[in-house]
Amino acid sequence: MTPASYKANPLAALTLRNVTKRFNGAAGCVTALDDITLDVKEGEFLVLVGPSGCGKSTLLSLLAGLDQVDEGAIRLGDEPVRSPGRDRLVMFQQDALFPWLNALENVMFGLRLKPDLTEAERLESARYYLSLVGLADKEKARPHELSGGMRQRVALARSLAPNPRVLLMDEPFSALDALTRDQLYRDIQDIFTKRKKTIVLVTHNIREAVCLGDRVVLLSPNPGRIRQIFDIKLPRPRRINDPELASLAAEVTDALSSHLSSSQEGLA
Amino acid sequence: MKLPRFVIPTLVAVIFLGGWEWFVRAEHVNDVLVPAPSQILKWFWDSLLNGELLSATWVTMRRLIIGFAIGAALGVPLGALCARVRWIRDTLGVLALGLQTLPSVCWVPLALLWFGQEESAVLFVVVMGTIWAVVIAVQESVLNVQPLYLRAAMTMGSKGWHLWLRVIFPAALPGILSGMKQGWAFAWRSLMAAEIFVVILTGFGLGSLLHAGRELLRMDQVMGVMTVVVLVGLLADLIFFSPLERWLRRSRGL
Repeated sequence: MTPASYKANPLAALTLRNVTKRFNGAAGCVTALDDITLDVKEGEFLVLVGPSGCGKSTLLSLLAGLDQVDEGAIRLGDEPVRSPGRDRLVMFQQDALFPWLNALENVMFGLRLKPDLTEAERLESARYYLSLVGLADKEKARPHELSGGMRQRVALARSLAPNPRVLLMDEPFSALDALTRDQLYRDIQDIFTKRKKTIVLVTHNIREAVCLGDRVVLLSPNPGRIRQIFDIKLPRPRRINDPELASLAAEVTDALSSHLSSSQEGLA
Repeated sequence: MKLPRFVIPTLVAVIFLGGWEWFVRAEHVNDVLVPAPSQILKWFWDSLLNGELLSATWVTMRRLIIGFAIGAALGVPLGALCARVRWIRDTLGVLALGLQTLPSVCWVPLALLWFGQEESAVLFVVVMGTIWAVVIAVQESVLNVQPLYLRAAMTMGSKGWHLWLRVIFPAALPGILSGMKQGWAFAWRSLMAAEIFVVILTGFGLGSLLHAGRELLRMDQVMGVMTVVVLVGLLADLIFFSPLERWLRRSRGL
């Protein structure tokens, strides 16, 4: 689709139109994402879920501008997404905190790249976000002195502090133990409700997707396509062990496995 | 009862030096060829008092520090360039890898022809001893910076010089430091070789002092200078490199 015929949704923070991405591997050309069209609304918590190889992390890289589309277009508001930018910050699977900086300096890193702030404003903002994730007393700690969950919380504060328009999360909970993860689900929902951030989360954990998302986008692999979109209307804050949530998650899982088996029959 | 750790090494040293002293004094060996520890100590004391030792150490240290500083100052940007630009890595990087294996004393004949028996010739040898190890270390440690750090920094808007100074160099620092340490060791060896091989007219360093000891058949001086050379190397490590490395490792929890 040419940019001229491109119609932006005025309510959307991110718009994806016919996004296709291919990779040249040893096994020839692989279509990682095929014709993805999707709007992420302002203030929405959108979750991309699917089995490995469905291109969900690739899609997040494209949104972050760390990778380029082969066909189609991605826009943030009216601006095409071509390169990384402060308006879309990423929380990675590993915390990616810089080991040569302490917690506060890590949060300051992104803030220092905003020229319109004074140093005092940056410091105030960094401290505010550290306290928002419950780590006000750890500002001097180096990453290696913090637990995995604390590190991921510092990473969350670091991504939130520069006040990006969209927060992109690439399986940030998958390396954590269950207890820490539950705590972070609560924290994230709390921050999401308070700060009204637009969030795109990638995960392979369907229960997590249903717990956090306003909408859950189910992707299927070979090639990566959108299979189904679920609206999750459960009230917040949601608890991961809620029975209603569990039955919704089962519904998504069923949808996923039926897509997978039908595509396998298609191959045979 | 548990002995403090220093007891055994001290005991061994006392026995070794005492045995050596006795061996020489009992005239089992010619003390012109093998001086007793007390003779070496006496030389050490005398040359300390007449200023010879201090001035030679100063001359040598100045050459080493200036040459090392130049080598490191050139090596860091060149290594970064090798890491950043493919064709420079394929040319200069490969050359550096080759020249790093060349014992830097091999530069001495060339240095003498180019610069004469002067300070610049010694400096050249020291720089050549330092620079390639630093280039390789910087190149490798920059290439090995975790891509995740770069991705995270780039999404926060870091690029260009900011990315280099705030992310790539700090992340590569442990590797760069061990390259510096290696460069320092190479420089120290090559400087000694240069000073022993060649009469440098512009200054009388430790190597010259050692060489003069041989000419005068003063083995107390030869062994005394060797001891000083070892001590200087150890001190550089104890005062400079080791604390820096320890601090770096501790602050990052390595």
